[in-house]
Amino acid sequence: MSHTAGVDIGSTYTKAVVVNEDGTMLGRAMELTGFKLTQAAERALAAAIEAAGLARDRIAYVVATGFGRHQTGIGDAAVTDLTAAARGATHVFPNTRTILDVGGQTMKASRLGADAKVQSFRLNDKCAAGTGAFLEKTARYMGYRTDEIGPLVATSKAPVTISGVCAVFAESEVINQLSEGAAPADIMHGAFVSLVDRSVQLMKRVRMEPEFTLVGGILRFERMIQVMQNALGARVNVLPGDMVQYTSAFGAALLGQRRLLRLAAEEAAHGA
Amino acid sequence: MAYAAGVDVGSTQTKAVLIDEARRIVGRSLTDTGANVMRAAETAFHEALSDGGVPEEEVEFVVGTGYGRYKVTFGNTQVTEISCHARGAVHMFPNTRTVLDMGGQDTKAIRVQPSGEIVDFCMNDKCAAGTGRFLGAAAVALELPLAELGPTALRGERAVKISTTCTVFAESEVLSWLGKGKKIEDILLGVHESIGARSIGLLRRVGIESEVTFTGGVTKNRAMVETLNKRLGLQVNVSDESHYLGALGAALFALDRIVGARAPVPTGRETA
Repeated sequence: MSHTAGVDIGSTYTKAVVVNEDGTMLGRAMELTGFKLTQAAERALAAAIEAAGLARDRIAYVVATGFGRHQTGIGDAAVTDLTAAARGATHVFPNTRTILDVGGQTMKASRLGADAKVQSFRLNDKCAAGTGAFLEKTARYMGYRTDEIGPLVATSKAPVTISGVCAVFAESEVINQLSEGAAPADIMHGAFVSLVDRSVQLMKRVRMEPEFTLVGGILRFERMIQVMQNALGARVNVLPGDMVQYTSAFGAALLGQRRLLRLAAEEAAHGA
Repeated sequence: MAYAAGVDVGSTQTKAVLIDEARRIVGRSLTDTGANVMRAAETAFHEALSDGGVPEEEVEFVVGTGYGRYKVTFGNTQVTEISCHARGAVHMFPNTRTVLDMGGQDTKAIRVQPSGEIVDFCMNDKCAAGTGRFLGAAAVALELPLAELGPTALRGERAVKISTTCTVFAESEVLSWLGKGKKIEDILLGVHESIGARSIGLLRRVGIESEVTFTGGVTKNRAMVETLNKRLGLQVNVSDESHYLGALGAALFALDRIVGARAPVPTGRETA
């Protein structure tokens, strides 16, 4: 049995996934990335291996991905987050043609060919509007924590218009809306709508096609999926439960399996 | 004796200036804008009255300016902050040809003719990068009071290159440099240089012509003044009143109205 692991060192969280040779996930773990990337990556990997009930030496190959993949030195190989997300998404939803990945500090859209390879991509990593940070800031301006966003927005009846050009300017906008009597839930809903508008613009620039698969921490909010489907006028695929956050790590682990097979084939060829 | 007042409701602070018929400043005040914009405008106005020892009924005309100018409910009219900063700057420094106004949430570059008329202006309306808020984010990250940012940066020797554009991401970049062992002084010097570079980019879009007058709340920051001087290769005009130049300009427009009402002469100055 050859097990592999994927470690996704993201701007906010570091995720690790362990899979077996059938591509079945055996364990996963998540750690805050912080500023010591190597430690975060090592901790997440160790926790995922433990969750899988394995010993470290049973992991034959580790693939790193995410923005911190080159800074940690962890893993036998590194792949881009786009490649990893494409692999993870198409494993679960084989007809995926467009992927939107919204993380804590980035937003990425990519279009895949029929071979599941990335053909075109666009990303925003310069501006917090259109990333998870925008939602976190909006919540904080109203006195809510990040983990309260989901329950809060679930109670909204209709969104309040939030322009969403800048996460800093959103503060005055939120304060104005609150002083005019708008409900925090509806303001949060409005922030979701403006973030989705930005993501649709990004997806248009890669000439999006269905099926759409959405990944990243932001998709743990049911409301986000609903707003996204309204904006696209189409169904979207989302990995179940907290797997939305592990899609890239999962994809990296699957790519590790593929790499192992190739190495084995090369070895066999040499032996022959 | 008739007095004129200008109230400049900025995103972060509200300023009020009271002038007499000889255009001398007789009273001034500064208060945080906060969530209740209307109250901030009233507070600033009344504090300026008591600072000058002037009874309210002797103020014949009040002009509101700044982003919250329509919340100056007791004001007689409103004039844009672009016009007011230009007017105040030219009044204080008659050879002004270019004005850089750096406030809590926005930065504006204005070019004026020798007559004081506005030729062109440019501002950051979509993004908080290059504004006072960038300094605010660094202050939060480093747990320093705003007033200490300048003096600390002036002790820096080798500026750390800040790569972040977004004010929201600046906080984590500052912390990551601290984590990598950089000195606070050098990080802050880098933060000032980053804001300086962005504001000079804005100035270039309107054309930089000497003399350059620096207005707004960030003028109190010595390191910002020196960064601009170094990068522009000239000495920008600043005075203790620089924070109040928008309110002063508004008060001068108010005085025009008082004088104009007595001997109606069209000034045509508030059209810009």
